[in-house]
Amino acid sequence: MLLSIKNLHASINGKEILKGINLEVNEGEVHAIMGPNGTGKSTLASVIAGREVFDVTEGEIKYKGKNLFKLSVEERSREGIFLGFQYPVEIPGVSITNFMRTAVNEQRKYRGLDPLPAGEFLKMMEEKKKLVEIQSNLTNRSVNEGFSGGEKKKNEIFQMAILQPTLAILDETDSGLDIDALRIVANGVNTLRTKENAFVVITHYQRLLDYIVPDYVHVLFEGKIVKSGFKELAIELEEKGYDWIKKEFE
Amino acid sequence: MESETNKFLDEFTQSEYKYGFVTDIESDMAPKGLNEDIIRFISAKKNEPEFMLEFRLKAYRYWLTMKQPNWAHLKFPQINFQDIIYYAAPKQKKTLTSLDEVDPELLDTFKKLGISLEEQKKLSGVAVDAVMDSVSVKTTFSETLSKLGIIFCSFSEAVQKHPELVRQYMATVVPYTDNFFAALNSAVFTDGSFCYIPKGVRCPVELSTYFRINAANTGQFERTLIIAEEGAYVSYMEGCTAPQRDENQLHAAIVEIIALKDAEVKYSTVQNWYPGNKNGVGGIFNFVTKRGICKGSNSKISWTQVETGSAITWKYPSCILLGDNSVGEFYSVAVVNNYQQADTGTKMQHLGRNTKSTVISKGISAGMGQNSYRGLVRINKNAVNSRNYSQCDSLLLGDKCGAHTYPYIQVENKSSIVEHEATTSKISEDQLFYCQQRGIDKESAIGLIVNGYAKEVLKKLPMEFAVEAQKLLSISLEGSVG
Repeated sequence: MLLSIKNLHASINGKEILKGINLEVNEGEVHAIMGPNGTGKSTLASVIAGREVFDVTEGEIKYKGKNLFKLSVEERSREGIFLGFQYPVEIPGVSITNFMRTAVNEQRKYRGLDPLPAGEFLKMMEEKKKLVEIQSNLTNRSVNEGFSGGEKKKNEIFQMAILQPTLAILDETDSGLDIDALRIVANGVNTLRTKENAFVVITHYQRLLDYIVPDYVHVLFEGKIVKSGFKELAIELEEKGYDWIKKEFE
Repeated sequence: MESETNKFLDEFTQSEYKYGFVTDIESDMAPKGLNEDIIRFISAKKNEPEFMLEFRLKAYRYWLTMKQPNWAHLKFPQINFQDIIYYAAPKQKKTLTSLDEVDPELLDTFKKLGISLEEQKKLSGVAVDAVMDSVSVKTTFSETLSKLGIIFCSFSEAVQKHPELVRQYMATVVPYTDNFFAALNSAVFTDGSFCYIPKGVRCPVELSTYFRINAANTGQFERTLIIAEEGAYVSYMEGCTAPQRDENQLHAAIVEIIALKDAEVKYSTVQNWYPGNKNGVGGIFNFVTKRGICKGSNSKISWTQVETGSAITWKYPSCILLGDNSVGEFYSVAVVNNYQQADTGTKMQHLGRNTKSTVISKGISAGMGQNSYRGLVRINKNAVNSRNYSQCDSLLLGDKCGAHTYPYIQVENKSSIVEHEATTSKISEDQLFYCQQRGIDKESAIGLIVNGYAKEVLKKLPMEFAVEAQKLLSISLEGSVG
């Protein structure tokens, strides 16, 4: 098993957001996590990635059999966990090339590999750019600076393609995307799917799941997974909205 | 040309400094304190012409009437000027036999800066088998320059060999009456560099103090004079990214630049004097007066500085834009960490018509550091159609440091335009988390973000300096965020 979350409780500034999450993800699977706003979807993603502002008060997360809480944010990344940000930050003056080269070489160092020669790295950049249909000049620009919403999200998928994670968590990657960008992003994800890696796709809308077909769908509500099912659940949610789940839960 | 320069640098720095005035004057040392006799002693030791002694004495007498300035945003203990030795032969450092004897912390820094092993040995005073005789290297270099009529030597040598040039230009940009520390320097300066580029000559190499055989220890009162004749060009680099330690706590240097018609001088500094320890003990007090005059029309002077060292920095590299259409530039990155304090900036004095100046200042504060930008832009009545653009950015790491901006703007005509932009920002938790999520640890992330922030200035540095300066920025901020 790749990821195993048991009875996870997490809070921020004393306010409990996650109230006992249970989730198991195997290699080769795609899980969709859906649910209304403010139910803890992004918190779950942040806690898996190791964001310090959240306090884990109970429960455990095992990743590749290891206690995830013993690993720092960067170690989790180097162990293959990738978070596609809902709101990617701008880093002025730092080119994407420089940023990604630093990231790639840190990851390689962790695996005992030498830094990738500049030529090979640039070749890889070119390849991955095609995957998400990034126009050539994007790579000379500063990280996310002056990017449109769509460009930022494409850039996240581009980074994922370069880092080749084992577990990718995409936090509302579809929000704010037009249909073309959505197709490009989804196509990127589908190309990167293998039997060895897994995806946790967090989304509001069923729309994205037309393109990225999940193996499992979970509904997160008030800090708990209240319903799990197959891809049909997403369609049902799209038709009925979240109210029936809320009623069922209450 | 660049690769030739590097080749030269490599060869030169791999050889040992082992001759020159250092050994000659080894035993000489003046008693502590300052009076006219001491100044006469310095002048006599240096075998100076009469005019130089007179200049020193006038400066000294003027200095006695002055008070140490206290307007800067700096706090430091009273300096006892009678407790300083004003003339001492540079001490021959104890020669070490291997790098094992060198302070491991210093070696670690060298490694991070990517300084070659051979160079590490040279910088830390380990005996090196000279690959090439240093005399012949210096000769080759000097020959190349002298063929072009370029004079590049120590200030003392210039006083002996080119007294007429020294007399004509010295103290014309920074008179000894200029300020307290300039007066002190004028009275007691011991050495420095002299550079003269004749009419129409473009100096083919970056002139660096690296090359100067007699730069081993120019002491605490350094004096530099650069003259670019009509149509001449020179790029001059001062300093070194490697950490420099010095027993002298007070440093008061003067740099003067004169650019005649159509001339251009680019002056780059990387200052990495000992900043004191983590608790603010020790460290250099650096009070520097740097000023250039664009004397002729269409001339240009450009200052680029990366200031990471010293406990106290008091420094305002400035331009007097006298010639019509002349251009002044100031690009600065100043870092303070732990208990360092910097009050730095520039003065752009627009006197000629259509003169232009650009000021880009990037302050970075960490720890308990205090960083001030102080800048004057003055556009004279006659400086019609002049322009200035100033941008002063401050970056804060942590919540115990400080950033201050003191811009002074005086515009005396209606046809000129002055623009001033200022920003203050923090490295955000979000930025760090984003980097860390990609596998980059916190310290590397800070290095990356800070270098991005300072990029505009760093790219103005000569190539060989820029790469080292980037690493230096990261190293200076190590340990600044928990």
